[in-house]
Amino acid sequence: MKGLKIDGAPSIDELRGTPGYPGIERARKRSIAFIECIEEIPCNPCETACLRGAIKVGRPITNLPQLDEDKCTGCALCVAACPGLAIYVKTYDYREGMSLIKFPYEYLPLPEEGREVELADRYGNTLCKGKVIKVDVSAKNNRTAIVWAEYPQEYFEDVVTMIRL
Amino acid sequence: MRVWDIVVVGGGPAGLCAAIEAAKNGARVLLIDENSRPGGQLFKQIHKFFGSAEHKAGVRGLEIGLQLLKETKELGMDVWLNSKVCGIYDDNVLWVVKDERKSFQVKGAAVILCTGAVENSISFEGWTLPGVMGAGAAQTMINVNRVLPGRKVLMVGSGNVGVIVSYQLLQAGAEVAAIVEAAPRLGAYGVHTAKVRRAGVPFYVSHTIVRAEGDGKVERAIIARVDERFKPVDGSEIAINVDTICLATGLTPLAELAWIAGCKFVFNRVLGGHVPWHDRYMATSKKGIYIAGDITGIEEASTAMEEGRLAGVSAAAAIGLIDTERLEKIAGEIWERLDALRCGPFGENRKIAKQQVMAGGDEQ
Repeated sequence: MKGLKIDGAPSIDELRGTPGYPGIERARKRSIAFIECIEEIPCNPCETACLRGAIKVGRPITNLPQLDEDKCTGCALCVAACPGLAIYVKTYDYREGMSLIKFPYEYLPLPEEGREVELADRYGNTLCKGKVIKVDVSAKNNRTAIVWAEYPQEYFEDVVTMIRL
Repeated sequence: MRVWDIVVVGGGPAGLCAAIEAAKNGARVLLIDENSRPGGQLFKQIHKFFGSAEHKAGVRGLEIGLQLLKETKELGMDVWLNSKVCGIYDDNVLWVVKDERKSFQVKGAAVILCTGAVENSISFEGWTLPGVMGAGAAQTMINVNRVLPGRKVLMVGSGNVGVIVSYQLLQAGAEVAAIVEAAPRLGAYGVHTAKVRRAGVPFYVSHTIVRAEGDGKVERAIIARVDERFKPVDGSEIAINVDTICLATGLTPLAELAWIAGCKFVFNRVLGGHVPWHDRYMATSKKGIYIAGDITGIEEASTAMEEGRLAGVSAAAAIGLIDTERLEKIAGEIWERLDALRCGPFGENRKIAKQQVMAGGDEQ
């Protein structure tokens, strides 16, 4: 893969060099935000949305968001707040052998809770099956649904979304 | 002839904000728009906006539109819809044709031109076939009229417009077969391209459309790789079955009224071509004529709204409703917000281009 400006999606290498992308070790232990925002654009709703001050953009607002891994609890308030839909919350050890992702989703129909769906990587390739745990359509999300899905741990980093229904 | 303090031409984000600021400061305002509803492109923008809280970041464009319409109602200004401004004469007199049959002359002590922009097209074999359209047209169909332009779309151009409209076509239920970009790198914000890429849409950089084929309508697009001089490379053609080809190949400021009025113009490629010169208060070289939004150079709704506010307060100050000290204070605050939007790798070019325009010289 050749990176964000050729493929359209950020590569893992590009992501790992940014201050919003947490270390995998950290994510093994708890739920944490993965901010896939690697370009300096004028935007900071993630910083405003976080009640714990775990995301810092500061000034100028083109700074990349910086994640404080100790403060982030994986609450997912930033997931729907991000206009770029570029934040996921992931938990490596959700239950035995399974991880959990909370991702923003703006397509209809929405999946039903409990349904099996196909989960995909940053390029739209199907990686594995996953089970929808919850579909959060609360008003605070302003019509961006947050889908919770569990999936095999081996795909932890690569899964970011589901194949549309 | 009827006379207002301030006449605003164009009711998009810039015009609405200009009218609101002017009315808030006590001006009697007439807002003129050629459409049946004001809001410009805002009601097509169903995505959440970027920026910071003071730029209404995280709010969807159509919600900003509704809020601005509510403010115009509360302020009680005059709004003429289905009205086209066809001419501008000395002393800020405008010729308006209403409902395509009634002709009026109106005058403003100050006039603010917020006429927006028009989509650019590119020509290629088969480009007149039904199914070839501007990306903005497709966006109007899906988000305003709720009609799918087609089932399977090729998007030409990877700037924010092309990629956002591609995303919205997916949301509306269409398939986007590919997005082609003549440049070697994608243009849009990476978060936008990432959204459509993970939905399975492939990007073709250094590619262009060479031909649309089909019997009476688009059935296929032929794309090809381009060399460094953007010439298609023989033998690199790829056929993609689509029924719709959307062109997102840039915008040009709609500045005819400023030309007619005799405003001084400067040429700036970054901003989309010829734009009226303006000062830091959005005043043109013609006394009493102000501009804001895409007419001053192609940017975004967030910058258009700030420029509109600035033009609104400047025009109100020009007719004595705001004193110099207060104008300076407000203008300073607005410039701070504009500077915040015009920084970083995407905004810096526009900031420099704007400075070139205000300095008055054509680009080198």
